[in-house]
Amino acid sequence: MIDKAMLAQTLETATRRGGEFAEIFVEDRQSSGALLDDNRIEELTSGRSRGAGIRVVVGESTGFAHTADLSQSGLEQAATAAADAARNGNGSVTTVALSERQVASPNTVSVLPESVAKARKVELLELANDSARGAGSSISQVSVGYGDLRRRIQIANSDGLLTGDDQVKTRFSVSCVAMGDTGMQTGRESVGHSIGFELFDRYDITELARRAADRAITKLGARPAPSGEVTTVIGKGGGGVLFHEACGHGLEADLVAKSATVFAGRVGEQVASPLVTLIDDGTMPDEWGAYAIDDEGRPAQRNVLIEDGMLLDFMWDELRARAEGRPSSGNGRRQSYKHLPMVRMTNTYIANGETDPADIIADTDSGIFVAQLGGGQVNTVSGDFVFGMTEAYLIENGEITEPIREGNLIGNGPEVLMSIDALGNDFAMGSPGTCGKDGQGVPVGDGTPTLRVPALTVGGTAA
Amino acid sequence: MLERLLELGDSIVARAKAGEQLEAIAVNERDTEVRAYDGDIESFTSATSQGIGIRVIKDQRQGFAWAGTLDPDVIDATLSEARDNATFGTVDPDLGLAEPDNVPFADLDLYDDAVANFETEAKIALALDLERMAGEGDSRIMIVESAEFADSVGEAAVVTTNGIRVGGRECGAYVSASVIAGDDDETQVGFGYSVGRDPSKLDLDKAASMAVERSTRLLGASKPETGRITVVLDPMVTAQFIAIIASTLSGEAVLKGRSMFADRVGEQVAAAGITLIDDPTDARAFTAGKTDGEGLATRRNVLIGDGTLKMFSHNSYTGRRLGQASTGNAVRGFSSTPGVGSIALSLVPGNRDQADIISSIDDGVLIQGVSGLHSGVNPVSGDFSTGADGLRISKGELGEPLREFTIGSTLQRMLLDAVEVGSDLEWLPSSAAGVSLVVNDVTVSGA
Repeated sequence: MIDKAMLAQTLETATRRGGEFAEIFVEDRQSSGALLDDNRIEELTSGRSRGAGIRVVVGESTGFAHTADLSQSGLEQAATAAADAARNGNGSVTTVALSERQVASPNTVSVLPESVAKARKVELLELANDSARGAGSSISQVSVGYGDLRRRIQIANSDGLLTGDDQVKTRFSVSCVAMGDTGMQTGRESVGHSIGFELFDRYDITELARRAADRAITKLGARPAPSGEVTTVIGKGGGGVLFHEACGHGLEADLVAKSATVFAGRVGEQVASPLVTLIDDGTMPDEWGAYAIDDEGRPAQRNVLIEDGMLLDFMWDELRARAEGRPSSGNGRRQSYKHLPMVRMTNTYIANGETDPADIIADTDSGIFVAQLGGGQVNTVSGDFVFGMTEAYLIENGEITEPIREGNLIGNGPEVLMSIDALGNDFAMGSPGTCGKDGQGVPVGDGTPTLRVPALTVGGTAA
Repeated sequence: MLERLLELGDSIVARAKAGEQLEAIAVNERDTEVRAYDGDIESFTSATSQGIGIRVIKDQRQGFAWAGTLDPDVIDATLSEARDNATFGTVDPDLGLAEPDNVPFADLDLYDDAVANFETEAKIALALDLERMAGEGDSRIMIVESAEFADSVGEAAVVTTNGIRVGGRECGAYVSASVIAGDDDETQVGFGYSVGRDPSKLDLDKAASMAVERSTRLLGASKPETGRITVVLDPMVTAQFIAIIASTLSGEAVLKGRSMFADRVGEQVAAAGITLIDDPTDARAFTAGKTDGEGLATRRNVLIGDGTLKMFSHNSYTGRRLGQASTGNAVRGFSSTPGVGSIALSLVPGNRDQADIISSIDDGVLIQGVSGLHSGVNPVSGDFSTGADGLRISKGELGEPLREFTIGSTLQRMLLDAVEVGSDLEWLPSSAAGVSLVVNDVTVSGA
């Protein structure tokens, strides 16, 4: 993308006034999307954005500037702005010798989406629309989205690192509205992987569309969710968002450094039930949050954060790792070249347990079974978190019975972790997600087997 | 710069072929952000964001493409991509650019050289001062997690083959602090901010004391019992709810069968006294602007008047499909086609401030903050349930802090149960203004 000499020159400009660390992050992002809504192909969109972000670190201060101008003069200007912003005074010229390092990607891309005819993408939307509408006469509206992204990045820094990655993602989603006597309900399904158009060889999208429609139809008959504390069984796959919120964010080293998490200072302690082993793994092949290198050029890793309930380590980016004199764990990510990197999760999951999931339900006298979760949010300082349930049922006398309407679940991360009392042997990854932190969104994956929490507060409307 | 954006738009529109409608949007924005931590600058970011978006309508089909640069060299590639995309759209006779409608543009002055000329050193000083003030605000403050100053200056232009050629520029400044209060056993976080058109309007005292109060008053919080109760929503919470309610009143939601209020214009949907207005021509709103995303004049729209549903908001397309005119509610950036959305919402305020309102409530909860709104509210069905924290109201007084509970109802019921609006209207850096709102009969789920 940008040649080695120009990168080295830019880094020299960035460090001309001193500074321990300087970095240039170059990104070329091409995206395309297609949307079918209300029985119409509403639009095809194509986007292109290219630019570089340059940062200079002096002590605990970071100066950052970005530019869409990738010429030598554009880069020099941004490098000067970043150096000025870092407010360093009396530096000397540093020569940066860049040595190239390439890391193999965990992701296998066989068909680049840009090589596929747009007509083929449109056809998929129509297929899914027909399938969803065929699921039942109560389906009153269907929206189908296709999106692909190719993100080429290049990173060079004053340590001499020069590396890059070519990241491809493809996703597909179906949202349905069902209309009944009691109003409207919605159902949604989505798939996404860090692979190319072969996504559609792996998934039958007519089946996906039908599941989204069925979800909406099922909820038409749902009764208001109960309120108060109930035993909660969370089905395989979707439960990952619980751990993403309940403890993942709390294990990010930038929050730990500011004591803004309940897990600060607790490495080596039992923080979860012995059933729980929590892993963040950026190398999981083809998963939504997988990559060869993070946005600071460090190879993705498989990081065991909690093992059998014991807290082993946090997740690290370059800056926090440097401050502690240890290596980055490959968790430094950013939304785009316009953003500073920070500690972020990749694919976060709970390792498989040993119990047959059917036994977990049978062993639950009364409670709820959550088949699909929506997004969530956590206050890392208090550990309180919420997440939405988008498909859930009552459990009565060890059996899944009636569907219940949407609501949020709320709990306290450390308490929930300690209390998990059953873990299934049916591990699965959930739907692709976007994690938001400090206004930056990055793609993440999560997964769990079926599991049970003895008491979570359900925020229903049936008092 | 604005003239350059308009000229860039002209040069795109001039490329239109016979029978082709073209619309160009061009945006330029400069931001700075200074974060203070532990008495030093944690980060200083200076950024310029630019881009163009091109919409093509040909043979009743629409296509779109964008590029994150103002470089004239990318125009041809972006335009040809948009043209190609248009060949795949569904034929729809209602597709089309906005037609000039002679609605006059509001005379708004949203730009002040003070932001562009504000010295770097002064920005840094504001962030450092705010951090110090927040840290010294109370002995129970353990750490100031973040203190920041941010400002932005932006210009945008829309030019179309229909003869629209408009642009505007605006600026703003913002400070915010997030503090952690507590001790080894318990910590709580609190957030405070101040916003203004220029840095001289920023109130550091207010931002710092708000963060301190909101963190310290939650210390020692417990979980409330489950039940139905009256809640008072703090202004920032009300703002989040009215933004969601307004989204159900968009012409797009109505058109596509996703609004529970479709077919209900003229009916009572909210308690008497509830008047919801979207008015981007009100200069007090930080999201004010004289043009919408298609280049039409913005206007004052009363969505709900004294409890009665008055209208839906539209862009040109949704208006045309429903046989109505655009209400000036096209919203977009350069990387998307115009959607429909509210721009500067507010509830018409009542007569009593929050303290007065609380003094007349025997048993209730003041909701200080909500979390998980994006997953907890279904704007199609209206069901909502969201995480919350706040303070108990008992015999007219604020009592003990409460946390780890949810509040739930449906948006439809909540509007009917909203019995009083406070007098404390507060303009926020978002598309909705805040004000205290009393809602009866909300389900609190706790222990």
